Amino acid sequence: MTEQHTSTHMEEPHITPLRTYFKIGMALFLLTFLTIGAHALRQYLQPFSALIAFSIAGVKAYLVMAWFMHLKYDKPTNRLIFASGFVFLAVLLGFCALDIVSRIAQSSIL
Amino acid sequence: MASHYRDATHQYDSNKEGIWLFMTTEILMFGGLFVGYIIFHALYPEMFAEGAKFLDWRLGFINTLVLIFSSLTMALGIYYCQVNQRNKATWALAITILCGAVFMVIKYFEYTHKFHLGIFPGQKLNLEMLKPVHENLGLYFGFYYCMSGLHGIHVLIGMGLITWVMIKNIKGEFNSKYFTPVEGVGIFWHIIDLIWIFLFPLLYLVG
Amino acid sequence: MGQHVTGHVSGKNYINEEPGLLSWFTTLDHKRIAILYFVSVMTFFLIGGIMAILLRLELFAPNTTPNVGQILKNGDVYNQVLTYHGAIMVFMVIIPGIPAILGNFFLPLQLGAKDVAFPRLNLLSWYVFMTGAALAIGTFFSTKIDTGWTFYTPYSIRTGGAVVMMVMAAFIMGMSSILTGLNFIVTVHKLRAPGMSMFRIPLFVWAIYSTAILQVLATPILAITLLLLAMERVFGIGIFDPKLGGDPVLFQHFFWFYSHPAVYIMILPAMGVVSEIITTHAKKTIFGYTAIAFSSIGIALVSFFVWGHHMFVSGQSELAGIVFSFITMLVGVPTAIKMFNWLATLYKGSIQFTAPMLYALGFLFLFAIGGVTGIILAVTAIDVHFHDTYFVVAHFHYVMVGGTLMAIMGGFFHWFPKMFGKMYNELGAQLSWVFIFIGFNVTFFPQFILGAKGMPRRYFDYIPEYEQLNKISTVGSWLITTGFLIGLFTMIQALRNGAKAPDNPWGSKTLEWQTSSPPIMHNFDHEPIVTAGPYEYK
Repeated sequence: MTEQHTSTHMEEPHITPLRTYFKIGMALFLLTFLTIGAHALRQYLQPFSALIAFSIAGVKAYLVMAWFMHLKYDKPTNRLIFASGFVFLAVLLGFCALDIVSRIAQSSIL
Repeated sequence: MASHYRDATHQYDSNKEGIWLFMTTEILMFGGLFVGYIIFHALYPEMFAEGAKFLDWRLGFINTLVLIFSSLTMALGIYYCQVNQRNKATWALAITILCGAVFMVIKYFEYTHKFHLGIFPGQKLNLEMLKPVHENLGLYFGFYYCMSGLHGIHVLIGMGLITWVMIKNIKGEFNSKYFTPVEGVGIFWHIIDLIWIFLFPLLYLVG
Repeated sequence: MGQHVTGHVSGKNYINEEPGLLSWFTTLDHKRIAILYFVSVMTFFLIGGIMAILLRLELFAPNTTPNVGQILKNGDVYNQVLTYHGAIMVFMVIIPGIPAILGNFFLPLQLGAKDVAFPRLNLLSWYVFMTGAALAIGTFFSTKIDTGWTFYTPYSIRTGGAVVMMVMAAFIMGMSSILTGLNFIVTVHKLRAPGMSMFRIPLFVWAIYSTAILQVLATPILAITLLLLAMERVFGIGIFDPKLGGDPVLFQHFFWFYSHPAVYIMILPAMGVVSEIITTHAKKTIFGYTAIAFSSIGIALVSFFVWGHHMFVSGQSELAGIVFSFITMLVGVPTAIKMFNWLATLYKGSIQFTAPMLYALGFLFLFAIGGVTGIILAVTAIDVHFHDTYFVVAHFHYVMVGGTLMAIMGGFFHWFPKMFGKMYNELGAQLSWVFIFIGFNVTFFPQFILGAKGMPRRYFDYIPEYEQLNKISTVGSWLITTGFLIGLFTMIQALRNGAKAPDNPWGSKTLEWQTSSPPIMHNFDHEPIVTAGPYEYK
């Protein structure tokens, strides 16, 4: 099932250098250790400990998406497609949370 | 190349777009679980903290490192396809599968230990054995088993898919000009890693 | 819209090209897959329709009436029949309906493409769909479910019956919907013929495209919701069950997050069909192409923000109700824009009162009523009284049957010559329309009044005050049935004895009419080069 390259002006798909992959991998490892460290110190980090944990997770997620999943060098359409999933999840969470919070505020039995 | 495409690039771009659309549906499906989790964690913070105490954060930590490492080897597998180093690609894929297996073995030990303690999801939780402070502790474990269970099923599916492309690679079906299935499987595997990156703190590091 | 690219290759076409039944079940041709869906979906429509007839027969008279009052064994059986009617019609007919049949057949043709982006995935979609359908029908032979198609908790957690099997069936059919939507998005992005910019694609394509976006983004939430319901039944995980501090209303949030966009999955393709029929059969350029195109996308996007209007009396907060009510009003705007644009298209057109045009006009009238009553229901103060009454039942039947089913019938007749190479009998088709249109209004208009008078839905019996209108409604259901049978008969007769259809019997400008009837296997002899928009009639 091999394919022929027929067009002369085909762009070479971007190849991430090996070193970059290792650097990203190392960064992910370090950030995981950081997560554990923050967890161990969580008493001193209140009330920010949850925020810190998820910020670190966010950075890790970005590294995986941008480099391992190659989105940094991919077409904008694919980035938009993938992002839309997160956007609509936020809509689901947002309106459900709105309901539940305002149910509590109006003293409904939950 | 399928006849309704202009050239290889056209087919490749279309395939990639299809792959990303599918991955978006995976994110949405898992995301629903996360939305549920966030809501109930906000409603019952102490109960969730009590539940998390039954989880061994060290095993979760090891599993996180295992999956990150496997993401690296998966990326390497694609890299070696791109530079026509077929044997190294096979090795990279094989190690990725191995990491998946390690993850599942650790998961197996985690689950069986919990079963031993009477920790089952939802109303199957053995309240007499555990005598938890919060009577609805089963809700936390409902989330724990559903989220880690669905994730684990995807790890197994991913291992199967990587095996499939690894075999195709050994047979010489991929080269620097064509390796789309490896990429697709790779993206799927990275999503599994991505989900775990959030599952780990959410389940293990709460409270 | 470019050149005439007939494919007259020794009379071969997609139907006779590969002989034998097996070739149909292993086909990769989008047109054959469309026919596979045609047969299966219409079969399910028949089954769902029989359920409806049973319901209306039961409701013909109050149960105490001798002989005709009660035909079903008891209320539990009634609940089962209404559940299957809803579940079959929603998951197995209206949601797949136009996209899987007409979308599959005509999306590539209208784009000037040879097939969809992923032909093998397309065939897989059908098999996945049939697997889910088999499982759903399987529950019929196991313990039947009685939850209503909406599976509300906590009843769906506690009731007997093969609920897990049915939700798994819906899960599987959802996967089919996702794969189809994915396929169509990539097809529209990547396989348009040279010269066909996004603003030269037919409005049917815009409709299918918007629908596909909904299929991909909304269905996964249904998937996880159904999975969680199954987990509730098996393990009692607690998310929707008050026993463990869970929230039954959350089930409704999750369920309607999909199911509201789902109703736009049902109606958007129908609107696309209407655009095609009106332009062709009035020989007139569409009024406001860009507005209709953008309103399709607009409806798709806004549809994600309104789901709570199904939940005004569920126990959700007042604030949530107000927010959802307000946004629901907004979604009426792009819909109304389309209605005005279609009317403006008809104005000063050369209207042929062919059966397709009759169905399209029927759509305009019936969908207007259905849509407006939706806006009425969006007013929280009104909905508090109308929720779970026949007013709601009438509303959604006006949009789903008066809207989508009218459009699908119109689409079937409009495209029949192209799909099968035969002309249908115009009189038979028009007669089917007369019975369906009149029958539909006789069935459902009284239900608005019944609902306003307070008759609850999903009830096995009713007070004598409601008897007159219920009788009228039941008689209407017999008229609709007659109409569909006439339509079916007309199509079968045409397949057997119809006159040979020319390539372009309607003189339409879209690409599918610039090739043979039926199309050759690869659609076009030569790839079309597009130099104009799709509706350049004058």
